[in-house]
Amino acid sequence: MPADWRDFVALCKPRVLTLVVFTGLCGMLAAPVAIHPVLGFTAILCIALGAGAAGALNQWYEADLDALMKRTRNRPLPAGRMTRGSALHFGVGLACFSVLLMGLAVNLLAATILTVSILFYVVIYTVWLKRRTPQNIVIGGAAGAFPALIGWAAATGQVDVLPVLLFALVFLWTPPHFWALSLYVKTDYAAAGVPMLPVVSGLTVTRTQVLLYTVPMAVAAVAPWPMGLTGAIYGIVASIFTAIFALLAVRVAVSRETVQAAMKPERQLFAFSILYLFVLFGALVADRVLA
Amino acid sequence: MTPVEMTPAELAEYRRRQKSRALVMALALGALAILFFAISLAKIM
Repeated sequence: MPADWRDFVALCKPRVLTLVVFTGLCGMLAAPVAIHPVLGFTAILCIALGAGAAGALNQWYEADLDALMKRTRNRPLPAGRMTRGSALHFGVGLACFSVLLMGLAVNLLAATILTVSILFYVVIYTVWLKRRTPQNIVIGGAAGAFPALIGWAAATGQVDVLPVLLFALVFLWTPPHFWALSLYVKTDYAAAGVPMLPVVSGLTVTRTQVLLYTVPMAVAAVAPWPMGLTGAIYGIVASIFTAIFALLAVRVAVSRETVQAAMKPERQLFAFSILYLFVLFGALVADRVLA
Repeated sequence: MTPVEMTPAELAEYRRRQKSRALVMALALGALAILFFAISLAKIM
């Protein structure tokens, strides 16, 4: 039975794509150079297709793991709605198409960074690190940090200090974001044998690490303002939201709750961390447009 | 399982999926044709 087209959409992890597209778009709009709207649309499409391809290849490789976790067992591959071969062909085809289109229509730098981001997520994170080290999410975070850099490179044809800081922000945001989640879905990861930090090192170490990563993340978030790379709109919004993020991270760090269902600060930090990234990138664009 | 070995219900579902996939592919190819044309114009201008 051929897979339904909706299963191919699900293979691309559409919920993750929203954040990828948003950060890519903000990276592009924050650039000092305006890109032709058609080429800008094409660049964002390529970022989305590249991220979708990486998601598909991730699901192709991790079908056995996904079958063991409640959160992922209804995905097309573990649920038996699609063959692994279809997922692999779809992922590779989409990845090649997105990179080729980016290179031909936009520029080579953006295409190169897009290639690196796809390979990073699939090879370094999915295949190499995820099953081997509890620091998997730290390195994997780099893959999610690329879209802003690609968006900027698509518009300007080069890489500057601000997109590198945006890269650092998303990179350093990923550990507290994912570890907050993994604290209250720990049993799921343990059942699948994934060496997430709470499974390997325990809750206390994970809570401390959440707080430790929040410190450099806060620096990367606020730094563009004193460095003169953004205006006050971004600076004030970033300061307020980073302070709230830090407060929630402190609450997670001092919590001693062991019952997953009762882990309220962890759930609050995870939910707020998503809003945090949307608001900061939105503020960055607003700052550029209104300045 | 080939279409010959399917029950009528399975065969109907098989055809429905084939048809919907073909339609999505046609729409995607049409959209790409328009996009490539727009990219060409943007590059020329």
